[in-house]
Amino acid sequence: MDKVLEMRSVTKQFPRVLANDQVDFDLNYGEIHALVGENGSGKSTLMNILYGLHQSDGGEILVRGEKVGIREPRVAIDLRIGMVFQHFMLVEPLTVAENIILGSELRKGPFLDSKRAIQEAADLSRQYGLKIDPTAKIADLSVGLQQRVEILKALYRGAEILILDEPTAVLTPQEVEDLFEVLLALRAKGTSIVFITHKIKEVLAVSDRVSVLRRGKKIGTKATSETNEQDLAEMMVGRVVLLNVDKKPAQPGEDVLKIKKLSVKDQFGQLKVKDLDLNVRSGEVLGIAGVEGNGQSELVEAIAGLQKTAGGNIFLGDQEITDWSPLKVREAGFGLVPEDRHRRGLVLDYSVADNLILGLHGKKPFVQRGMFQNHKAIQKNAEELIEEYDIRPPVASQPAKSLSGGNQQKIVVGREFSQNPKLLICTQPTRGVDVGAIEFIHKQVIAQRDQGAAVLLVSAELDEILSLSDRIAVMYNGQIVSVMPVDEVTEHKLGFLMLGGREEDYEAGEVDGNAKQD
Amino acid sequence: MLSKIKQLRWQEIATPLAAVILALIIGAGFILYVGENPLAAYRILFMESLGSIRNLATTLQRATPLMFTGLAVAFSYRAGLFNIGAEGQLYIGAFAAAWVGFTFTGLPRLVHLPLAIIAGMIGGGLWGAIPGFLKAKLGIHEVINTIMLNFIALYLTDWLATGPFHGGSWVPETARISPTAALTRLYPPTRLSTGLYLALAAAFFAYLVLWKTKQGYELRAVGLNPQAAEYGGINVARNTVIAMAISGALAGLAGTEQILGLHQKFIVRFSADLGFMGVAVALLGKNHPVGVIFAAILFGALQTGSAAMDRLTSVPRELITIIQALIIFFVAAEYLIRRMLRMKEEA
Repeated sequence: MDKVLEMRSVTKQFPRVLANDQVDFDLNYGEIHALVGENGSGKSTLMNILYGLHQSDGGEILVRGEKVGIREPRVAIDLRIGMVFQHFMLVEPLTVAENIILGSELRKGPFLDSKRAIQEAADLSRQYGLKIDPTAKIADLSVGLQQRVEILKALYRGAEILILDEPTAVLTPQEVEDLFEVLLALRAKGTSIVFITHKIKEVLAVSDRVSVLRRGKKIGTKATSETNEQDLAEMMVGRVVLLNVDKKPAQPGEDVLKIKKLSVKDQFGQLKVKDLDLNVRSGEVLGIAGVEGNGQSELVEAIAGLQKTAGGNIFLGDQEITDWSPLKVREAGFGLVPEDRHRRGLVLDYSVADNLILGLHGKKPFVQRGMFQNHKAIQKNAEELIEEYDIRPPVASQPAKSLSGGNQQKIVVGREFSQNPKLLICTQPTRGVDVGAIEFIHKQVIAQRDQGAAVLLVSAELDEILSLSDRIAVMYNGQIVSVMPVDEVTEHKLGFLMLGGREEDYEAGEVDGNAKQD
Repeated sequence: MLSKIKQLRWQEIATPLAAVILALIIGAGFILYVGENPLAAYRILFMESLGSIRNLATTLQRATPLMFTGLAVAFSYRAGLFNIGAEGQLYIGAFAAAWVGFTFTGLPRLVHLPLAIIAGMIGGGLWGAIPGFLKAKLGIHEVINTIMLNFIALYLTDWLATGPFHGGSWVPETARISPTAALTRLYPPTRLSTGLYLALAAAFFAYLVLWKTKQGYELRAVGLNPQAAEYGGINVARNTVIAMAISGALAGLAGTEQILGLHQKFIVRFSADLGFMGVAVALLGKNHPVGVIFAAILFGALQTGSAAMDRLTSVPRELITIIQALIIFFVAAEYLIRRMLRMKEEA
């Protein structure tokens, strides 16, 4: 079979890292080739070289059998290579059609030929089966649809090789499904696709072949049908990885968190949590499943004291903590892994050591004589936690911003978990974190549970919710619509409820589903 | 790893240093343009500002208020606040110190002088706390409020010194302060006073608070990432007020030193932008107390030397203002300089 693209022993040296070390990569006509690896393994670098954003220090690139030098993206576009980035490059106030034609505007005299632009965008969307309204404003579109516009933009420029850099990182589970359908449709039309990801499930779901990078080196290329989850995880991490969380049945105790008729408004005054009731017992993990934006963030921030409530009560143990200050809630035995570690969880310019005391900085032994910081104790604390939580590189004085995402998250997790809080809330604890670190964080969550903590887990990853939780609560439109033990849950049922389906309707429909399976 | 940290420190110093050198080189072009020898002019500039103990004393005397205002700006900046109100806080502090100085008589020096200093600190501190409070409670940006409060402070002290507390002479100034409230002159006939010690102590205090106390940890966290600070149980509003109050107190001390050390009375509009110069000093000193000390001395030296250069050559003293402006320009253009340094490294 002819190859549309071949990269031969491509090498890229950055000031301190060898990002690509003699990497070979090829792409067949009309295939989806997944490129996987942990953060910092060199996947994006390799594709940036192909798109002309970086220059390689060695190796060669062949497109349709011809050797090419790609000095800049313009050259890549002329070679019919298109790239969709994680962060979209769209002009928000403009329409879909205007964005698609941007850079090669159709003119009628001195004016923009809007009619033809809309027509061409509509034709393109029909041709590839990517449904979209060409007259909609980008700002009004969901993230998933914005991504679709990015893909259309690349296709409009004639892309036959399409590179997608971690396209699913920003999508909800439903949008991921939609994206996969789009990719399969594009493949059917003959487009060759490079799909960068670090999520193994996605590789298995959509790709034809998969190449694994680790620390800049290519570990191997396999046909997707000849590999499996365990195999890929080991190739990525370089050691045996436990994908399924090993845990004993929960031994739940009494209610630690009790929420009664809680209402919370967001910063724009919109009611995001509506008369919500929930309880979490000690020694159990309660997972909240839900499409992002259904009030999970506001719920968590209200418990943490970071957002004022608009009604209702929150109890931690026997104490009512409604609208307490964040410090008081913490001191009552609360720990939080926030959903956005850069925004909330870390002071990126602070050292690892200083970040490891954030929130505990006013407590003994970190303060002495009432006001002075005890640098010895801070250093000792850092050394202990770096060791225990395997934070790399193990340097307490390094600024947190210089660590990888997974290690940054370990700082947050180490700090919060080491306090052995009565109530522990973990929101998106493994977002943007490598396979190896995910395994570690999951183990720690279960360890906290087994020590008697009440754990509230909020995650957009259904797998994570399903594998860690003892009970699952589905949140939709600011309310908990269902709470069920994990063994009564199927992914299918969760998906149905998360999208606003009613439990009764599902029970009615499920009988049919079971009958078919039997 | 250690070499990396050293490299960082070096980079911190490299930018301001490069900025000064570049500014002097461009300044040399101006000197050539007016037909003088740049090396000779700079020699005079150097000798007349640092070349003898007497000149050094004058330089330090001019640097002292800049140390205070530089520290004021740097301190608030570390907490993420841009205090452009040092000028106003300076005037209020100065008047408060002067008032204690000329109102109370017959107090022993050991009581009177500290009392006047504390009054100056409180005056400036309260004036600084106002925009801090407005920001914390109402979210009004401190830059707007500190600018506005500068005008209020200026006209308020104008009125106080020409109206209710007018000294009675034909000049717009108050009565002289009692000698018991005056700072001691260190090296007469220069007017360098023990205010210098006060400034060094203030720098040490600022360093201690920012990097060695829980309060400093909180202030800097608020400055770097207020949302993470809030999550960590830090009261952002309270820290905003504290940062502005301490910053204002430091600026107030600048005014206090000028009154108790230099003028010995409150003269209307005596400051001539000492507060605004503090912004430049803080910028050049990279918002670090030690950097601020050196930046203030540099600016003091340039001012001292410029008078002599003006006298002894045909280079106008305004050149020094240009050089100061260029220094600030280049520090602000740090990115550009870093690139030039890196290019040199690679070459």
